[in-house]
Formats: sequence, C-alpha cells, structure tokens
Amino acid sequence: MNEPTGTDHQQDFPGYRTPTLDLLVREDARVWSQATLHTDRGDFTGLILPRSETADADHVVLKLDTGYNIGVRADTVASITIHGRKQANYKIPEKAFPYDPEKPRVKLLGTGGTIASRLDYRTGAVIPAFSPGELYGSVPELADVCNLETDKLYGVFSENMGPEQWMGTAEAIAAEIEKGVAGIVVGHGTDTMHHTAAALTFMLQDLPVPVVMVGSQRSSDRPSSDAAINLINATRTAASSDIAEVMVCMFGPTSDEYGLLHRGTRVRKMHSSYRSTFRTLSDVPLAKVDAAKVTPIRQDYRKRRDAKTVTLKACFDDRVSLVYYYPAMKPDIIDSLVDNGYKGIIIAGTGLGHVNKPLYPALERARDAGVHVYMTVQTLWGYVQMYVYETGREIMGLGVVPAANMTPEVAYVKLGWALGQSHDRDEVRDLMLTPICGEITDREPHNGYLVMQGGLPEVDEFISEHWK
Amino acid sequence: MPEPLVVAMPSRHAVTEPWLLKPLPLYGELDAAGYADLGLMSGLEVHQQLLTERKLFCRCPAGRYSTEHHAEVLRHMRPTLSEMGEYDGTALMEFKTRKNIVYLLNNETVCTYEMDDAPPFEIDDQALDISFAIARLLGCNPVSEVHITRKQYLDGSIPTGFQRTAIVGTDGAIPFKGRTVRIRQISIEEDSCREVSDRGHLRHYRTDRLGMPLIETVTDPDMKTPWEVAEVGQLIRWLARVSGLVRTGPGAGRQDVNVSVTGGTRIEIKGVPSLRDIPRLVHNEALRQTSLVAIQRELQRRGVTGADLPERWHDVTPNVRGTEFRNVAKAVQKGATVLAVPLPGFDGLITAPTQPRTTMLKEFSDRIRVIACIDDLPNVACSTQDAHTFSGAEWDKIGGVCGVERHVPILVVWGRQEDAETAAREITIRAHDALAGVPSETRQALDDGTDGFERILPGADRMYPDTDLPPIGITDARLERIVAALPARPWERQARLEELGVGRDLAARLSIHPAYELFCDLEGEISGGLSAGTLASLLLDRSCPRPANRHAAGDWWHDVARRLARGELLPEGVYHAEDDPLEPLPEAEARERFAAALASVPEGPREGHIGEAFVMAHVMTDLRGRVAGRTVRDWVREAMASTRRPA
Repeated sequence: MNEPTGTDHQQDFPGYRTPTLDLLVREDARVWSQATLHTDRGDFTGLILPRSETADADHVVLKLDTGYNIGVRADTVASITIHGRKQANYKIPEKAFPYDPEKPRVKLLGTGGTIASRLDYRTGAVIPAFSPGELYGSVPELADVCNLETDKLYGVFSENMGPEQWMGTAEAIAAEIEKGVAGIVVGHGTDTMHHTAAALTFMLQDLPVPVVMVGSQRSSDRPSSDAAINLINATRTAASSDIAEVMVCMFGPTSDEYGLLHRGTRVRKMHSSYRSTFRTLSDVPLAKVDAAKVTPIRQDYRKRRDAKTVTLKACFDDRVSLVYYYPAMKPDIIDSLVDNGYKGIIIAGTGLGHVNKPLYPALERARDAGVHVYMTVQTLWGYVQMYVYETGREIMGLGVVPAANMTPEVAYVKLGWALGQSHDRDEVRDLMLTPICGEITDREPHNGYLVMQGGLPEVDEFISEHWK
Repeated sequence: MPEPLVVAMPSRHAVTEPWLLKPLPLYGELDAAGYADLGLMSGLEVHQQLLTERKLFCRCPAGRYSTEHHAEVLRHMRPTLSEMGEYDGTALMEFKTRKNIVYLLNNETVCTYEMDDAPPFEIDDQALDISFAIARLLGCNPVSEVHITRKQYLDGSIPTGFQRTAIVGTDGAIPFKGRTVRIRQISIEEDSCREVSDRGHLRHYRTDRLGMPLIETVTDPDMKTPWEVAEVGQLIRWLARVSGLVRTGPGAGRQDVNVSVTGGTRIEIKGVPSLRDIPRLVHNEALRQTSLVAIQRELQRRGVTGADLPERWHDVTPNVRGTEFRNVAKAVQKGATVLAVPLPGFDGLITAPTQPRTTMLKEFSDRIRVIACIDDLPNVACSTQDAHTFSGAEWDKIGGVCGVERHVPILVVWGRQEDAETAAREITIRAHDALAGVPSETRQALDDGTDGFERILPGADRMYPDTDLPPIGITDARLERIVAALPARPWERQARLEELGVGRDLAARLSIHPAYELFCDLEGEISGGLSAGTLASLLLDRSCPRPANRHAAGDWWHDVARRLARGELLPEGVYHAEDDPLEPLPEAEARERFAAALASVPEGPREGHIGEAFVMAHVMTDLRGRVAGRTVRDWVREAMASTRRPA
C-alpha cells in the first residue's frame, strides 16, 4: 500500500498519530469505519471516531453501538475487520429565524464562549455555533422577544480577548447603533467578561441603547446549561429595557430563577465555576431580569434615547501591567516593567493600598521614567485610602495615585485606554479619576458588600428559605 | 378553534383476535413452553453500589443518607444534541413536561459538584479498580482506555442533566444451568438522586445518593422464563459480592429488566429493588406486549392507518359545562380546558385488557400523567369504557363536535390549557404507536406486579463524550495487579468444594459466603475427625460460637479444626458450645453420666426406632457435644436389648 500523504491522514485519520496512525493505515481502518478490533484483551466492535489531539498517541477511540466510547490501545490490536462506514452529521438544527415587524431589532455579536456550541472532535472541546438559525433551533424562545440578527466577530476563548478585540468590538457596536438597532447583545466567554465590559464602557460613551454582555457557566451542550436562560434574559434586556449602558447579564442565584444586570465597570467574576459567579462589587446591581420583565433595582442609570449616535473612543496602549502585590515582593518586579518600556502600572495593594518599603526606590524610579502608577486594593471591596497610615502617604509621595474604588481589573483597562489617548501626567490623571460610568463612586452603600458567611444560624436559615 | 374533523366513517368493528377474546393467563399458569410460545426474551441490567470511601467524581463521603436538608436549588433541563448529531427521543419528551426540578441539599453529603456548580474531580481510583475486578470476574474484555461518557437524563434525577458513566469491559459470560448467559458490558457510573415527590410540574429530589459509585452489569436477552431472570440476577449479585467490594443492604442494588416477546420490542422496567419482584413483572410485561401486538394485528386487519387518526383535538369545554362527571366538573370550575380526541378504528380496543386489572386505556392515561403532568386520576375518560364518566347525552354532544358516530371511541382529557393540549397530542401519538405495536419505553415497576409508563426508551443518541475529563489509560501493570487480587468465581469455588467432598447444596452456599476464605485457610487441617463437609457446615452454622474479637477468629478456628481432626473435639461440641467448644468426657465419666441420664428418662416408648429415638432425645440433652452421638446410640441399643432380656 502506498503511504498516504499528510493531508490524507488528516482527512482519513483525524487526530491520530504514530503508532496508532500506523496501525490504522496498515489496516485501512479509517475514521467513521464500523470495525471489530481483535486484541489480546478480546474483540471490541464499534465505530472508529476521531482522536482528540491533546490525548495520547496510543489509543483508537471506538463508539460502541450502545453509544459509549472506549479506547483500545494500538499495541494490543492484532488485526481489524471493517464492516462498513457511518459518518456523524453533527449539526445544530437550523430553522429560519421568524421575522415579526412588531418586534425590536436586536443584534447579537459573537466573540466566542459557549452560548451555543458543538463538539470539536479534534480537541474534544466544545466550539461555538452562532447563526440566527442555529440559535433559533436550540433556543426558540428568542423569537418571542425580538428579531435577531447575528454577526460573528471573533471565535476565541475569553482569555484570548485583548485590546485589539475590545476595540474591534466597540467599533462593531458603534456601527450597529448607527444602523438603528434597539439593542446589542455580546456573546462572550465568562473568564474576562468583566475586562471587556469595562473596556466597552470606556470606549462607547453616551450610548443610546443597551449593550448586554452574556455568556454561560455551563456550556450549552449540557441539559442543565445556563446558556439559554442567560441568552433569553440578555436579549430581552437589549430589546426592551431602558438602561442604555454596558451591562453583564448572568445568573443572580445559582437556581434557574432570574438574571442580574451588572454595571460593566463594577462587575467581577467571583467564583471559578458557580452559575451565580458575577457580582457587583461595592454597589448593588442595576436590575433583575426574568422571563417576564426587567425590574430595575436602582434608578440612576443612563436612559435609552431615541438616537443612533454614540461617542466612540476605541483606543488602547497595551504597555500597562497589573501587579498583584505580595509581602515579600522585591523591587526588581517594578524595575523590570520600567526597563521593558511599560508606561503604566496598576498595583493591587494590601488593605487600604499599601506595598512594602523595599519597593519605594523602584516606584520612585518608575515615576522618574514617566510611568503612570495607580493604586487599587486587592480586597476588591472598598476604597483606596492612603492617608490613614504613614505608609500610604509615603507611597503617594513617590507618585503613586490612589484610584478610589476602581477594581484592579477595571483600573488596568482604564489606564490602558487613557494612555491610548495621552501620556501627559495630568491628562491621564483626569481621565483616570473622572468617572465615566460608575467605575468610581462617591459612596459605598452598606449592602454593597455582602459575602454571607455559611455556618451562622441566621445565614443558614436565610439560605434554607430561598433558592440559592 | 379547529374545524370539526370530518372522518370517513368506518363501519362498526368487532374484535376477532383470539388473544383479546380470552382472559389473560395469571402468573403461575404458564410454564417454560408457554413463555416460549410468547417468544419471551429477557435480559438484565444489575446495578450495585461499590464499597468506597468517597463518591465517584468528588470527595464527598459515600453511603451517608439523611432526610434533613439545608438548602434548595431550582433547575430546568433542556435537550442537547448527541455526539452523532441527533436529539434523543426521551430528551424531547422530558422537555415537553416542563418540570420545575428542586434539589434538596445537605451540607454534609453534597458539595458544589453534585449541584452542578463545579466541574468533576478526577475519578475515584478505588472505584475504578473495583469495577475492573468485577469486569474480570464476569469474564469481560477490559478496555485499555476508559472514556467518561455523559448519558442524558432529563427527568432531573441528575442535576447536570447527564450521568457520567464509562465502559470498563465488554463481552463476558457466566455459566448458568449448563448453558452460558452472555454479559454485554459492564460500566462504572455515578448514582442518581432519590426522588422525594412529583406532583404536577414540580419534582423534588434528595441529593445524598447522587454521585455514589455504581457498576452496571448488562446481560444479553438470554433468559427465557420469568424465574430465570431472577436467578441470573441473583448470580450476578453474588458474583460481585464475593469480591467483598460492593455495598449490600437496602438501596445498594437495583435491577432494570429488559423484556420482549414475538412482535414486541425491548421494554426496560427500571429500578426493580428486589429480585423477588422480577418474575411477576416479567410475566405481566410479556402479557402487555402480547396484547399490544394483538391490538396491532387487529388494527391492521381492519385496515386502520395513520391517515385515519385525527391530527387535532376538539375543544369540548362548552359542551360539558354542568356535567355530573365530578372530576371534570371540578376542573372546569377552576378554569380547565376539556379536549376530545376520537380514535376511529379502535372500537373495542381501548378497553382490551393488557395486564391484570389493566386495559389499553392505561397506556394513554400513563402518558398523560407523565408527559402532560396531569396526575389527578382518572385523567382521561373514554366513551366506550364501562365506568361512570359523562352521561350518554354528553358523549353524544362530544361525538357531535368530533364528527364521529357513537361506536367510535373518544378520549377526553382536561386540565390547564397548555397541559390539556399536551395530553391531547400525546393521545394521538400513542394511537399512532399502537399501529406499530409496542412502543419503546422504559417502564416503572408497580407494587401489584404490573408496570407503568415512565418515559420513552432512550437510545444511543443520548450519549455524549464528557469534555470535562480526559480518557484514563489502564496500564497492563494496573490490570495485572487487579487480576492478581481477584477472588475465585462462585462456580469455581463450588466445583472446588465439591471436589473436596462438600455436598452440593452446602458447597453452593459456602461459595458465596464470606466464610469461604476462612474455609480455605483451614483446609490444611482436614483429616481424621474433620471432614470437608463438617468444616463447611460448621463455618456456615450461625449458632456456632464465634470469638468476639474478629482478629482472633483465625487462631480460634485453627485450634478447633486441629483438635477436631485429632479427635480431641466432637463437631457437636463445637455446634453446641456457648463459648469455647465442649470437651469430650473420658469414657468412665461418660458411662456414669449416661447411666444417670438413662435412669431419668420418663415413661414412654421403649420399642423399635421410635423407642430408640425417644430415649436418645432424653439422654443426649446432657451428653450432646461431650460424647459422640454414635457412641450414645450404641449404648442406648445395648441398654434396650438388655431390658428386653428376661431377668
């Protein structure tokens, strides 16, 4: 038999590498063959599936007729009998999204994430699927809410979203607003959703319509996924709410009950896996949203306007770093940033905004090199206050500017955005400390900080009486 | 409202299928040949919890149950596509039911994994080893790489909406009554929630059992009678038990029973807790399928096709206002919608018996209860049923709305608009299914030995690779270690015991008893006064004394066995001891005690076998375990002979 070319291998034996590839080539057992593998552990019959590229090179993946998959080690296989062929046709059912002239137009922009997704055989991971037809096929409820149009801007996991994608997304949103949509939904992976939400808030000012970011904590390939409910809630918000801000729309409690609308500059992902991972810090959320309506929790939001205009400020200087301070930190951490040409540093300091004394000379050197250094708190809740302790005053004396109650991530995004416009110390300071949309607030309400402690009888009693 | 349907009027039909004309055979009335006539085939899926410290995919403690809970979460399930790009029928059915599912959480027994708010931890190695050990005991081919698969369950019994499960072995076999029962596969999986309640659109589950490691052993449909199914179930359970690695006791084992008959289809009866219940369930399911096949033949003979069945229902709410049919009157008062579905061609078939005290009507009622969530019974009325429902005049009005004559059966359902419509749709679906014979379903076992619809039988379409966990390679070294520690299989043990001279019944009992290993330890002592049979029966005798300290048991038994072999102890002295074995009496003392005992035997028979037994019984109370029974009998005979001699 002729040795097939590399391209043929990819097509006929996707994901397989030597030595398993050699076996399959020798036996002409291509992927999607119905086959019996005769091994020294007995015979196994099933459909040969593609192999995940991150899995080892030693096993053949078989789908048994019961639907289960197993792996058969290549060096146990003596021979293979082929019975036939059956290729999977993996497709989210696509149905034309119904148009209703009475319903508002909503644009869904996809950047990645798992709002709707399908399985990628090569990696064994889920990949997004996004056309209105596919979405309607899997979440038909959307047609009750709006006329949906979609555009796929990017197909990246949220960790791969960065300044380029932030600016691109802002520009795409501005273009849609000028076309007169009633609202925008941005599908996004959840890990860095709060970074993007902050970036869009700064880049898109004087919004006339809602811009709603949405994702899911359980991918949409799972029956218990939060994707459909989040998407329905986000779409309802974009279509009908009068909150013309950049928001994050995700589960309020972990139960399938209602979503919360968080202001894009005060929201943060707070748990690695809970559905209810997004929280508004040092403030209360904008609104609740459920199957019936959007219920505002506060009134001081920017209202929807009948306009097609928005102030687009899509700029970013990525020579900015976020330094999470720890007690034994050495000055070379700061020095290396300065030496590598960074122009801005956000420090997440301890307590009210502190770092140790050995860092002082490095901070001084940074200031003298024209680097903009801002202080935030790693406690996440509360304000920087650098007057209370002498340490704070000394650090301010080194040119470090307190960034009030901006979260470290938001301060990072804002500094990059500010440096994209100016490098003048005073102008940057003005941009940084003048709030655009809630990233700095005048006051922190008492219920802006609520991390209830389980185990306390009164807390457990509360928990037992409400769906978590 | 839909236009009244104009149905081409078939003439009145009479039932002619012989099976439908005679009473159904009762359980016990059919022998093996009777079941062979029906074409009965049955297979088993035996579930057993594994004896591990922790749950399968998280670090919660295994096997801790309580009825207390500290928090609740609410979830809904949506169907997703399988790996092969299909929606599963069951999944779509469950989605139609639109259940609110509430999970009760106990802080001690569940963590964020069970509530589906955290990804799985790596699989419990102990559980994986056990499952491979049992796979080898069943003669299955072990897989070389374990792929965790998601099996969708949209009933909510698992909060993720799927069960994490994986095949560990395929194509095994076990000997059964001189033939072979094939084992299709053995898998390891996480257990599901315990259902607490299910009313209307609200279902509650307790989550403590969720995530417990289970093995599922699936046989081929190799059993031909109802009782064989239970026997094979027992064999598989014992087999796993000899490993000492599975949990026993209530709830630790459950069976799914697959049944089919000629012309029928594979029906799965889910979650049968007791093997004793299996034969009756299999019998009754075989009857149901045979009846449904007969109904299908009858429909075919009548020339009924899908085109004869209505596509829509008829709203008859205004026509039954003021009815004296109480269930409907009450519902209508609360705003219920009443819908009618005529079934032309089904004359005489809706009331045909399918199981004891059960007719075809229950096939419809079950679907309505499960899928439309209308669970106040009765939830459906039939115009041809012999029960108090609507009045004749009301049925005439309903028939008028439906546009059918009086002999055509009409089914009527009532409930919230949306639910009533789901119910009406299900009636049509079930009627279409009747044309095809036996619809593929999973059914639940009912207390009276019959079964009821649970859900559409799920297929391979609900399987999906788990993207949260990588495949796990099983090295040769790991497999060798597992195989090296395998206990002998029960039939191998039994053959060995019989070879040593243990009687068949005793050998069968000991082969699956925990004392088997002790027997093997003591085997070397068998000689002289200790036979293999004596040792086996001593070890199995529950009245035998046991040292309180389990660790000392081995030494204790070795000592006893050695002394038995040397004739220093009598087996009876071990049986009847309260603590340590009774010492045999020296001959002189024994004779003295015998004489005293003999003197105190009360008046009674003294002749023949009866006399001998009477005297033995009395003298032995004092001598049992201290003098061999055979010796005492000789002395009794001697004494009886001497008293008969003339003085």
